Amino acid sequence: MPLPPDAATPMIEMRHVNKWYGDFQVLKDISLSVSKGERVVICGPSGSGKSTAIRCINRLEQHQQGQIFVEGVELTDKVKNIEHVRREVGMVFQQFNLVPHLTILDNLTLAPRRVRKQSRKEAEARAMQYLERVKIAEQAHKYPSQLSGGQQQRVAIARSLCMEPHILLFDEPTSALDPEMIKEVLDVMVSLAEDHMTMICVTHEMGFARTVADKIVFMDHGQIIEMAPPQEFFTAPRNPRTQLFLSQVLSH
Amino acid sequence: MGYDFDFTAISNNAGLLLHGAGLTLLLAAIAATIGVALSIGGAATILWGHRWARRAVQTYVEVIRNTPFIVQLFFIFFGLPSLGVRIPAVTAAALAMTINLTAYGIEIVRAGIGSVSPGQREAGLSLGISPVSVFIFVVLPQAIATVYPALVSQIVITMLESAVVSQIAVSDLTHAADLIQSRTYRAFETYFVVAVMYLAMALTLRWALNRAGRQLFAGKA
Amino acid sequence: MVELSLTQIVPFLLLAARWTLLLSAIAFVGGGVGATLLLLWRYGAPRVGGRATSLFIQLFQGTPLLLQLFLVFFGLPMIGIDVTPLMAAGVALTLYASAFLAEIWRGCVDSIPRGQWDASDSLGMTFLIQMRYVILPQSLRIAIPPTVGFLVQLLKSTALASIVGFNELTRSGQIVANATFQPFIVYGLVALIYFAMCYPLTVGSRVLERRLRTAR
Repeated sequence: MPLPPDAATPMIEMRHVNKWYGDFQVLKDISLSVSKGERVVICGPSGSGKSTAIRCINRLEQHQQGQIFVEGVELTDKVKNIEHVRREVGMVFQQFNLVPHLTILDNLTLAPRRVRKQSRKEAEARAMQYLERVKIAEQAHKYPSQLSGGQQQRVAIARSLCMEPHILLFDEPTSALDPEMIKEVLDVMVSLAEDHMTMICVTHEMGFARTVADKIVFMDHGQIIEMAPPQEFFTAPRNPRTQLFLSQVLSH
Repeated sequence: MGYDFDFTAISNNAGLLLHGAGLTLLLAAIAATIGVALSIGGAATILWGHRWARRAVQTYVEVIRNTPFIVQLFFIFFGLPSLGVRIPAVTAAALAMTINLTAYGIEIVRAGIGSVSPGQREAGLSLGISPVSVFIFVVLPQAIATVYPALVSQIVITMLESAVVSQIAVSDLTHAADLIQSRTYRAFETYFVVAVMYLAMALTLRWALNRAGRQLFAGKA
Repeated sequence: MVELSLTQIVPFLLLAARWTLLLSAIAFVGGGVGATLLLLWRYGAPRVGGRATSLFIQLFQGTPLLLQLFLVFFGLPMIGIDVTPLMAAGVALTLYASAFLAEIWRGCVDSIPRGQWDASDSLGMTFLIQMRYVILPQSLRIAIPPTVGFLVQLLKSTALASIVGFNELTRSGQIVANATFQPFIVYGLVALIYFAMCYPLTVGSRVLERRLRTAR
C-alpha cells in the first residue's frame, strides 16, 4: 500500500539494495535517499554499477535484495506499482532512443496519449510548450534521423517532460554526443535543475555536478564509496578511491 | 508435337490462363495478409508467451518447415475429411498456403524484432507505456521495416509453390495449363508459356510489394 | 478398399523413402557440380559469365519447381530422349539445385574480403589457383550451414517428383491412402517420415552456424 507523501517522506529511497548478474554482484548494499527538489549526481568509473542503480529505480533492472521506494510506493513485481512508478519517473538515455518512424511531435505525444489518455490537441499543445522550453520547436515535424545528436537528446528530454514526471533520471545523457553539442544539452539540464526538478544524474560532467548538484555520490565496484555536497566532495574527498578518481577525471 | 512449336493453342485459351493467374494471385494475397498477421502473433508468442504456448508455436514451425508443402496440402484436403471436416479444395489450398507461409514468417518476424535495439523498448517502458503498446507502436514497425524484403521474398516463394494446388483440382494457373495441354497435346508450349507467366507475376509482385514498402518506410529509419 | 495394418503400411512407406533419399542425393551432387561450374564461369569471365549465371538463377528462382519439372518431362522427349520419371526429376532437380546452390555459394564467396583476391593476384596466381587454394577453402566454412539448410529444401522438393509418376515417398503415400481410405493416418505417417529425414539436418545446420559464429 503506498504511503501518503509528505515533506518527510523522501521521493526516492533505496535501502540496502543488492543485485547480481548470475554470480557477479553488480550492486552492493546501496542505500540512498533523494528528497523532493533535490539534485543528485552519481559518478564513478565504468562498471561501477551507477547506471544499473538508477535503472532499478524505474524497474528497467530488477534488484534481488533490499527495497526501493518511489514516492512511498515500493517497487516489487506488482505490475500496477511498476506502471505507477514509470508514469511519475522519467528517464533520459545515453542513446536518446527516439522512435525513428515517428515525427518529433508524435514522439512527444505518444506516451501522454496512450498512457494519460490525453486528446491529440491537448497532447500536442503541451508538447509544443516543452519543445519551446528546450529550444527546438521548429523541428516538430521532422524525423529523428534529420536531427543532430544534441537536438535529439533535447527532444528526448522534452519527451520525458511531457509526462510531467516528479523525478527525472539521466543515464549518461551527454556521453554519446560530440563535444560541441554537450553544452546545449547541459544548458537544458541546468535550467531544469534551477527549477528544482528532482533529478538523479549519472554523468562524467563534473562542471555540471559542481554547479547544480545538491549532493554527489561516488560509486565504485558496485558500492557507494562517498556521498557529499559538491564543495566538500571536490575540495576534501575523504576516501582514497574518490581522490584517485577525481585526480583522473579532473586532469582535463 | 515435335519440333514445330505451335503456340496458337495457348492464345486460344488466353481467358482460361488469365483466370487461373487471377486465382493464383488471389490465393497468394490471402495467404500473405493472414499469414503476416499470424506471423506477428506467433513471433510475439515465442518471445513472450507462456511456456506451453511457446512450445506449441515452436513445434508447429518446425513441423511445417521440415515437411513438404504438397504433403501438408494433401493432409488438409484428404486427411481432414476423415475426421468429419469437409472443406472445398480452394479453401484447403488457401489454408495450406497460409499455414505454410506463417511458419516461415514467424522466424522472419522474430529475427526482425530481435534486431530492434533494446533501448527502444526501454525508452517506451520508461515513459510508462504498457509493454503491449510499446511492442505495437515502437518495436513492431521497426522490426517489420527491417525484415520487409525477407517477407516479400517469402510471399513470392509461396506464390510460386502454390502451383502444386493444381493437384487437388484448384483452378489456378497450373491447373489451367494442365487442362489446355491435355486438350491440345501441346504440353511443352503450354507449360513454357505458363512458366513465363509465373516469372512475370513473381517479378511484378516483388516490384509492387517493394515499392509499397518504400512508401511505408520511406526516410524514417 | 484394402485393409492394411500399420505394420504393413510403415515398411512400405519407408522403402519408398529410399527413393526420396536417392533422388535427393542425385540432385544434391549434380547441383553441387552445376553450381561450381556456374561460379567458375561467373568469377572467371565476370562480364558474360556473371550475367548468364544471374539470368539462370533468376529463371530457376522465379518459376515454380513443378513447372520446371513438367518442362523437362515433356521437353526431353521432344529432342529424342526417352525419359523415365526418375530421369526427368533428376535432371529438373539438378538444374534447380545448381541455381540455388550457386546463389548461396556466391554469397559466401562475395563475403571473402576483396583483399584476399588482391593479395593472391599480386602474387601472380592464376584464377584457378586462386580459387583452389585461397578463395574456396575460406568460403567452404561459411557455406556449410546454408548448404545443409538447402539440402532440407531439396529433400522436401523431391515430393513433387510424385506428380510425374516417380515412386518416392509422397506417391507411395497417395497409393496407400487411396487404397485404404485412411488419408489422415497415411499422410500423417508420410509427414512424419519426411520430418525424421529433415529435422536432423535442420538442427545440424543450426549447430554448424553457431559453431561458425563463435569461431570467427
